[in-house]
Amino acid sequence: MSLLRLNNITASYGPSQALFGVDLTLKQGEVCALMGRNGMGKTTTIKVISRLVKHTGGTLEFGGQDIGGLPPHKAARAGLGLVPEGRRCFGPLTVHENLHAAARPGEWDYARVCAFFPRLGERRDQVASSLSGGEQQMLAIARALMTNPILLLLDEATEGLAPVVRQEIWAAVARLKGESGLALLVVDKSLAELQRIADHAVILERGRSVWAGAMDELSRDVADKYLGV
Amino acid sequence: MIMARETLLNIILFALLPVTALIAWGLDEPYIITLATKAAILALAGVGLNIALGLGGLISFGHAAFFGIGGYAMGILASHAQSYAPIMEVPFLIEGTKSMPVIWLVATLTSALAALAIGALSLRTSGVYFIMITLAFGQMLYYFAISWPAYGGEDGLSIYLRNDFPGLNTLVPLTFFSICFAILAVVLWGTSRVARAPFGLALSASRQNAVRVETVGIAPYRIRLVAFVISGAVTGLAGALFADLNRFVSPTMFSWHTSGEIMIFVILGGVGRLYGPVAGAALFILLEHILGGLSDFWHIYLGILLLLVVLFARGGLIGTLVGREVAHE
Repeated sequence: MSLLRLNNITASYGPSQALFGVDLTLKQGEVCALMGRNGMGKTTTIKVISRLVKHTGGTLEFGGQDIGGLPPHKAARAGLGLVPEGRRCFGPLTVHENLHAAARPGEWDYARVCAFFPRLGERRDQVASSLSGGEQQMLAIARALMTNPILLLLDEATEGLAPVVRQEIWAAVARLKGESGLALLVVDKSLAELQRIADHAVILERGRSVWAGAMDELSRDVADKYLGV
Repeated sequence: MIMARETLLNIILFALLPVTALIAWGLDEPYIITLATKAAILALAGVGLNIALGLGGLISFGHAAFFGIGGYAMGILASHAQSYAPIMEVPFLIEGTKSMPVIWLVATLTSALAALAIGALSLRTSGVYFIMITLAFGQMLYYFAISWPAYGGEDGLSIYLRNDFPGLNTLVPLTFFSICFAILAVVLWGTSRVARAPFGLALSASRQNAVRVETVGIAPYRIRLVAFVISGAVTGLAGALFADLNRFVSPTMFSWHTSGEIMIFVILGGVGRLYGPVAGAALFILLEHILGGLSDFWHIYLGILLLLVVLFARGGLIGTLVGREVAHE
């Protein structure tokens, strides 16, 4: 049974339609790459799934339940963990406070998160706004993990980071796949990295899903056509 | 470093009121003890507001509503105990009481209930609308108190004797100060616990960005409402103590001036700082005592000071002395 199912999702920002029919299916423990060029609807799709944007048509199911009417906090409680674009940590709170504020009961607690990202343990009492970009990204992922999600949504998790730091984040994402059995929906522009960790992919073009399949089936032609690689 | 300095300053501020009261007791100056008691009570009201304003970013201009409800809870219960007339007989008998713990409980619960009702409506708005709606509730209760002749109407209600606390003579100024200070200490401790608990952190996070908080499974409206209720309950308790200090309640306790004064304690001391209201209330009482002796229009000087704080020292007294670590821009 699929964990997440989007069927012909449409969404708008006021009069401006952003999604024209997105289909996506994800099973427990799988990693799905959501790809497309800039402005094709990847972040809007993530926002629809996390309920920050209301969809105007189609169906959205998570864990076999229709979550289309849920507010964002209930979607998060149902098991959707969001690592938003731009990290968006709670700047004036310390690392420990950021994590403590988000904590929900489950396997992921402060000790496990710090074991996963040792640097966060070292920065425990440092305010989030004073962390480096990479550390803030780790904190954003750790904060989402503290909610003990079933599905982690990673929106441009490596954007704006130095190459070395990006590798660290990708290594962490790969370990998440290997260690936790979480399902991951990853939005990123790095095709090479996505090909390494994702089981399958969905490509968006002008707000529509135009290609879906196993990652190793993604041909060079398709990548050239829709991703401009 | 900043934390260590703030902790040291907090210890000094915490000790300031009892040391002042003890010195005044040694010098046989009961008036000074009464001023210290007033400062402790007003600090308590400020601590209440600071939970909503400092932690939650809720600029309530109607906290006088809870201060007044606490005051009138005390006034109504004590006046009925004084006259031996029950508050109501049908459908069940409710009598007045002179017992402080019972009065505090009633004041806290009624204020909390009022905060629940006011908060449930007000928190659906934000910004200037939230300020205006809380102000409107406060003013509604103010005019209600004026038009309530059973409890003194515009003239207010006098209580001839201070209420009782088991085993203590509350008419002794130092004893009553000790009671008020002990309550302030307990509430400060409780507030520090709340601020560090996941609830307080989530409240603080929701002040920064409510949408971000929602994505980690927290409903901002609900935690703000809980904070508003706790805030109102604490301010209501302060109102009951204030009425007991003066042995008098009047509609003024509900007025927007009172809301403004409570906010001034918080701003003067430092918004979001645990001991900010203590510093602010102590400074306010000091200014009232010193400047009030020089001129009847001492509020002008207070206004100038407030302008200076808002323009040049946004962290308030504590922020100026220890540095601005709490972000409340």
